Amino acid sequence: MPAVPADRLTLPQPSRATSPVGAAPGAPTGISAAAVTLRGVGREFPTASGSHRVLDAVDLDVAAGSTVALLGASGCGKSTLLRMVAGLDRPTSGAVEVAGTPVRGVSGRAAVVFQEPRLLPWRDLAGNVALGLPPGTPRAEGRAEVLRWLETVGLEGFAGHRPRRVSGGMAQRTALARALVRRPGVLLLDEPFAALDALTRLRMQDLLDDVQRGTGATVLLVTHDVDEALHLADRVVVLGVPEEGAGARVVRDVHVEAPRPRDRADADLAALRVDLLDLLGVPRAQRR
Amino acid sequence: MSSATRPAPAAVGVPAARRRPRGGSWLLGAVVPLLLLVAWQLSSTLGIFSAYQLPPPLTVLDAARRLWLNGTLQTNIAISVQRVLIGFAIGASLGVLLGGLTGLSRTLDRMLSPTLGAVRAVPSLAWVPLLGLWIGLGEPPKIVLIAIGAFFPVYTTVFSALRHLDPALVEVGRAYGRRGIGLFTEILLPATAPSLLSGLRLGLAQSWLFLVAAEIISSSVGLGFQMTNGQNQGLTDQLLLAILLLALLGKLSDVVLSLVERRIARNRS
Repeated sequence: MPAVPADRLTLPQPSRATSPVGAAPGAPTGISAAAVTLRGVGREFPTASGSHRVLDAVDLDVAAGSTVALLGASGCGKSTLLRMVAGLDRPTSGAVEVAGTPVRGVSGRAAVVFQEPRLLPWRDLAGNVALGLPPGTPRAEGRAEVLRWLETVGLEGFAGHRPRRVSGGMAQRTALARALVRRPGVLLLDEPFAALDALTRLRMQDLLDDVQRGTGATVLLVTHDVDEALHLADRVVVLGVPEEGAGARVVRDVHVEAPRPRDRADADLAALRVDLLDLLGVPRAQRR
Repeated sequence: MSSATRPAPAAVGVPAARRRPRGGSWLLGAVVPLLLLVAWQLSSTLGIFSAYQLPPPLTVLDAARRLWLNGTLQTNIAISVQRVLIGFAIGASLGVLLGGLTGLSRTLDRMLSPTLGAVRAVPSLAWVPLLGLWIGLGEPPKIVLIAIGAFFPVYTTVFSALRHLDPALVEVGRAYGRRGIGLFTEILLPATAPSLLSGLRLGLAQSWLFLVAAEIISSSVGLGFQMTNGQNQGLTDQLLLAILLLALLGKLSDVVLSLVERRIARNRS
C-alpha cells in the first residue's frame, strides 16, 4: 500500500476561518480548559562545578482557554518550564499549579507534544494516538475517540499506517492527536513545528490555531520563532537572562490584540515583531 | 531505536531489494551445501578418505534408514529436541528476567553483574562434573547445562537493549502516564523486542552446543550419545548422521525464530 504524503492533500485551507475543527455542534470535545499558575518557579541543575541556575523565580498566569507563547533564546529554560507544568520535572523552588492544584508528577490534566513526533514505531498511527487515551476509557469509546481526533488533524484514512511510512508533518499531526485524545486541561507544545519544513510548519500552525479555537483548550507553546508566536498566541511571554550567570526570568509579557485567525501579512504585528526580535538580541540593522 | 524520533521519511513503496522473490535467495543458499555433498561423494569415490574415515552419503543415508526402522533415531532426535526446548525455555526466561532487572536497576546491575560475568567465563564443559555431583544423573543436569548455555546470550542482549533504550520514547511513555508494569509492557518490552529476538536466536544456538556437551559426556540416549557411540564402535556413518541432524535441527529451530524476528521488523517499517 503506497502511502501518500498527504500534507498537501488533506487540509483544505480556504474554509478554515469559518469552521474551526472540533467545534461542530453536538460533538463536544470533552476538553475543559485549565488555568496554569507559576509562582516564583526556579530550577537549578547540579553540575560538576556547582549548581547551574536555569530558571530564576518565574511568575506566570495562563488563563484557561488562552494560548500563550513562551519565547526565548535556545537554552533559556523554556522547555524546562514546560516540563515542570507537564509533571516531567520538578522546580527547585516555587510552585506550579494546573487548574488550581499543584502539579505532582504526570497527570491527565496536561498533554505534551515534543519537538519530534516520538511515535512508537511498532504501533500504527491509531495505536499511537490511543496511547494518549485517559486510563479506563472503554474500548469502543476509545476507538471512536482516536478516529475522531485523527480526522480532526486531517489523517482520516491513515489510521493503519506505520509511523515510518508517513511524512514528518503527518507524524507530528499524529502526535498532536495523541495529546488531544487525552482531553487535557492544558496542551503543552515544546517547539512542536521546529523540525518541519517551512511550508509544513505554516500549515501545522494553522491546524493548531483551528484546533485551539475549536476546542477552547489552554495552550502553552514553547517556540523560538517570533512569527509563530505572533500568529498563534493571545499573549507572548519572553524569557531571558537579565544578567550574566543568572537564571532566566520573564523579561516581557505582551498581549497580542489582533483577532484570530490572523493574517500573516498583518501590518499591526510588524511593529511587535521588531520589538520582540530586539529583545531576543537581533538588532534592527542586521535584519536588513 | 533512535530512528523512531527522527522525522519519518516521506512515504515510499517497498524497497526494491525486498521485492525479490524469496525462492531465489533460498536457491542461492543451497549452492554451497550441494557443492559440499558433491565433494563428499567424490572424496570417497576417489578414495581420498577411507570408508571408515568418511563413509559416502549413501552409506549415511542407509544408516539413517536402519536406525529409523529400529526406532533409535526417532528416540534420539526426540530426547535431544526435548532437552533443548526445556533447557532453552528455562534459561531464556531467566535471561529475560535477570537481564530485565539489571537493565532497569543500576543497583541490581552493580550487585549482580560481576558475579554473572564470572559465571559466564566458566567454560561449558567445566560445569559437567559439578552438575553431576550436585544434581546427579538423568535429565536434570543436562537441562541445567543447556539452560546455562541459553541464559547468557539472552541475559546480555536484554540487559544492553534496556541500557540503550531511546530515552525519548521512555519519556513519551511517562508523559502519557505509563509507569511500572504499564511502562514495561507498553514501551520497554516492545522497544527491546528486536534485540530480544536476536538474543533468543543466539541463546537457542548455544543451547544446541551445550546439549552436545551434556550428551557426549554422560548420556545413554540422544544425538550426542549417538555421536560418542558411533565413535566408540567405529560406526562413523552414525557419527556423521548425528552431526548432520544437529546441523539440520539447529538451523530449523533458528529459522522459526528468524521468521518471528522478520515479522517484528516488518511490523515497524
